[in-house]
Amino acid sequence: MQQDEIYGQVVSAIGAVVGTTRPITAETNILQDLSLDSVAVMDFIMQIETQFDTIIPLNRIAEIETVGDLVRILSASVQAA
Amino acid sequence: MLAKYRELRAAFDAVAQVGQDPFGVIFDRVVSATEALLGGRRILLLGTNNYLGLTFEESCVAEAVAAIQAEGTGTTGSRIANGSYGGHAMLEARLAKFLKRRRAMVFSTGYQANLGTLAALAGPKDHLLLDADSHASIYDGARLAGAQVTRFRHNDPEDLRRRLRRLASQPGEKLVVTEGIYSMLGDTAPLRDIVEVKREAGAWLMVDEAHSLGVLGEAGRGLAEAEGVEADVDYVVGTFSKSLGAVGGFCASDVEDFDLLRLASRPYMFTASLPPGVVASVSQAIEVMESQPLRRSRLHRNVRHFQGGLVAAGFDLGPSASPIASIRCPDQPTAIRFWNGLLQAGVYVNLAIGSATPEGRPLLRTSICAEHTPEQIELAIAAIRAVGTELGMTGNATLGAAAE
Repeated sequence: MQQDEIYGQVVSAIGAVVGTTRPITAETNILQDLSLDSVAVMDFIMQIETQFDTIIPLNRIAEIETVGDLVRILSASVQAA
Repeated sequence: MLAKYRELRAAFDAVAQVGQDPFGVIFDRVVSATEALLGGRRILLLGTNNYLGLTFEESCVAEAVAAIQAEGTGTTGSRIANGSYGGHAMLEARLAKFLKRRRAMVFSTGYQANLGTLAALAGPKDHLLLDADSHASIYDGARLAGAQVTRFRHNDPEDLRRRLRRLASQPGEKLVVTEGIYSMLGDTAPLRDIVEVKREAGAWLMVDEAHSLGVLGEAGRGLAEAEGVEADVDYVVGTFSKSLGAVGGFCASDVEDFDLLRLASRPYMFTASLPPGVVASVSQAIEVMESQPLRRSRLHRNVRHFQGGLVAAGFDLGPSASPIASIRCPDQPTAIRFWNGLLQAGVYVNLAIGSATPEGRPLLRTSICAEHTPEQIELAIAAIRAVGTELGMTGNATLGAAAE
């Protein structure tokens, strides 16, 4: 799966969770800009893992601040599979 | 350095402003397993985790007093550096016998039992699979272990199966971690299905029976006993601070070389060991738990009475037979008003907000005790009904989540 394709799917998944019409970019900060707390982010990532049939180890979540970070880590894990 | 907590302070102040500060309650005195004095008023305790009501049990108190008189108030050091007391070894042997396990190891708190067991069992190359609703001590233990951590959906064996399959090709041992009864909503793990998944994947299984010890199973050994799957549980963790009425924790196992954990578990090695008084009261509490099964029957009778009363009052109950029941509130201000209203009515429950709660939804958490009298339970039901009605919550609030 191409990174662009993953990015598109992540953006629409975020839209479904936060129900926002705000523009989401690669620089969007998941915690601050989307008003998600840390638990909601963990749950969202679990949902993304299911959607992409992959695993993002919990110890890597600290690296994820922006939508771009998530897409980058997700792309790596999807390709590794 | 503390600037990063400013938002926390603001959130805390907002909670405390509504009335009494829920996180700063200081009782004048706790007078029994079910009552305390607060500001000179008698308060019914409905959030203690004191399931069997053993905190004031006469023989436990007597054993603790005698041990303090004979051996002093504290051990002033760790077992590795200062040596073990006879009582530590006896408690471990007694606990292993009760749990029908080859070995047991005690820790100074339940939190440290999870921390110390997980950190020692799993190394950086191993995988920990944690139920998403796991207690903080399990998450922290996983972090200390430095292992690869994967969360699976709460109480969802299928999701666990999918994740274990994804990890199948990766090296390292896989340890699945679940709890017997989940502390916030009182729901139990689908342990038989989880065992099936664990076997299929060749993984190990650890069950934290903190809230289910003394509560579930014919003999009170917990959910694994109740579900008949003890042989498939490789490590059982638990605490002395709930049914056993004191403080401390344990891990027990039949696994070969289990005692190596004593040399590898930092939260076990680098902390002062349990004081003689606690060791004595816990040892006696195990005797009482074993010889007085009627306490467990009383607890379950009380649970049926209380939860039945809440159903009749219009609260929606899940099918859980656990002594924990939580009222889910629509939002934080309602939860805080509910909590204050109950305290004014003389009933103390736990307020859970923020990250401790599943899905971040505010909860009023209650736990029932074997020592609650029918009158106390009626008082609690009446207070919850009255405050709930005042807040417009009766009839549409959800209690418990075992249905999910």
